[in-house]
Amino acid sequence: MSIRVDGVSKSFGAFKALDNVSLDVPQGTLLALLGPSGSGKTTLLRIIAGLEWPDSGRIEEDGTDITDRHARQRDVGFVFQHYALFRHMSVFENIAFGMRVRKAPQAEVKARVDELLHLVRLDNLGSRKPAQLSGGQRQRVALARALAIRPRILLLDEPFGALDAKVRVELRQWLRRLHDEIGMTTVFVTHDQEEAFELADDVVVMNEGHVEQRGKPDEVFDKPASPFVMDFLGNVNVYHGRVENGLAFWHGVPIHYPDYPHAQAREARVYLRPHELDIARAPSGSASEAHAGTSLAATVLRQTRTGPITRITCQPRQGGSDLHVDLPSAAARELGLQPGESVSITPRHVRVFLPDPEYVI
Amino acid sequence: MNTNQPPSPPNRRVRTRTVLPGFGLSAAITSLMIVGLVLIPLAVLILRAASLGPAGFLAAAWTPRARAAYAVSLGASLAAAIISSLLGLLVAWVLVRLEFPGRRILDALVDVPLALPTAVAGLVYSTLYVEKGWLGQILVPMGIRGAYSRLGIVLVLVFVSLPFAIRVVQPVIESLDKDTEEAARLLGASKSQTFLRVVLPGILPAVVTGFALALARALGEYGSVVFISGNMPFKTEIAPVLIVSRLEEFAYAEATAIAVVLLGMSLSMLIVVNVLQQRLARNAQ
Repeated sequence: MSIRVDGVSKSFGAFKALDNVSLDVPQGTLLALLGPSGSGKTTLLRIIAGLEWPDSGRIEEDGTDITDRHARQRDVGFVFQHYALFRHMSVFENIAFGMRVRKAPQAEVKARVDELLHLVRLDNLGSRKPAQLSGGQRQRVALARALAIRPRILLLDEPFGALDAKVRVELRQWLRRLHDEIGMTTVFVTHDQEEAFELADDVVVMNEGHVEQRGKPDEVFDKPASPFVMDFLGNVNVYHGRVENGLAFWHGVPIHYPDYPHAQAREARVYLRPHELDIARAPSGSASEAHAGTSLAATVLRQTRTGPITRITCQPRQGGSDLHVDLPSAAARELGLQPGESVSITPRHVRVFLPDPEYVI
Repeated sequence: MNTNQPPSPPNRRVRTRTVLPGFGLSAAITSLMIVGLVLIPLAVLILRAASLGPAGFLAAAWTPRARAAYAVSLGASLAAAIISSLLGLLVAWVLVRLEFPGRRILDALVDVPLALPTAVAGLVYSTLYVEKGWLGQILVPMGIRGAYSRLGIVLVLVFVSLPFAIRVVQPVIESLDKDTEEAARLLGASKSQTFLRVVLPGILPAVVTGFALALARALGEYGSVVFISGNMPFKTEIAPVLIVSRLEEFAYAEATAIAVVLLGMSLSMLIVVNVLQQRLARNAQ
């Protein structure tokens, strides 16, 4: 089942949660709504589910307008961040709930629940109460409960947000496999870009009630459409620079930037990703001056190792905020930089955003 | 069984170590209060009644008039507690879940019966429900007697016990997880199915606690009932009123004997309700 969100707006008092949002989710897609808190992603998910109503705009399923259809008639499976399990019911009864209220025959309920317990790998835990399960198990029960009514759309609101890191990664991979098996149109909300990129076919980045960018994970990561997306994807060095004549200048280092061929200089923001910078020990003596043409002279402040990546923090020679360079830990060890050493840093790739694109002629 | 456990160190400290302050002092004050305020008076009550001897005790506490008074007391209190806990659930639900003008005022009004001398409530109710009263004018011709009747007793007992039933349930409704109600609706449950299957099991322990408190409050009530019931022996005389009339006859031992029976009945009912409440609470976890 495909979903179409058409020009949806929603306000809570003075707060505009969604501002004219449109979105297409083709049948069978696994789509991530990615954004910071307050970006409207959860509101959008709840509107698709029928838990909130848009102030204006339409929601369609397979071309049918369902804007006014009540949540219980939408055939939507919904998984909450904090599981929302029925505490007084056993795992079995939690999963059976949707069928019980539909008055399904006992034999059918039993068969379906057993099938789902097997699917979520909780075969022997049907008689437990939710309180006796771990967080990951509870979330799998919540998923089984959502699937029990054979929904045509699966919606997940920060499904792994309350779980610890290891369980989160396992459950994420398991959900991806599950989606590949049953192929249900799935939308999930997350503020974790790693989760979005690893799990989703399509990523929609949201900010302040509108869609900033939509694309395949690679596209969004490699070609961020706006400074916000670039910033939100995180781990980025941001500098004030300027552009003129097809060049962007960053601490006086010219970088090829054909998008701005005009002669008139303009302020711009230069974004450098830590893993897209080359770092080398500056040749001793006055060589730092000699390199100044293509790379930036800096001093090593410290190195921090986080598993396979080592982050080198440097202070640009001309001043300005610290610069982060990420290297594979093996490469960093080979290089063996010490605090205080002089280095030259060369960007392999930069992104430049002009502050007010409207003014660009 | 694992028998290879290392021997546990000698238990030098009886009290487990804790950083939380004031356990020793607060435990001492608590025991002192319970002994001084509850246990000693109760012991005196029972000793006083025991001075009658078994035959004298029965003769004082198990007369037909006394038995009728127990029945009125227990019956009216049970009825009032049932009404209060159901009505309390409804009022608490409205106060928590509905946004309407005047909600805060209504919320404050809930506590009024606790602060008002209950004799005043009894007087006001009887003025309202007598044949010439504002409500009595309409109700008495219809056959509904709200004053000098058992109905009147139940009415004032609901008045004095309702705040307990509301205030016990209210915080529990406030703490309900709305996600579970939304989950139930998304799974296809109707509003009534959602309430009965998802919401109610979570708040039922609190409703039962509210019932127990309302019952306890109603069983001990005297001031309001004495004004509205008419105190007719075998009809509208409750046990506390009978105790007072015995006291007025200077039959102190007989009065305490009736009090002991009333106490025993109240206590056993409260114990039953508490056991029920604990079972429900365990189930709701």
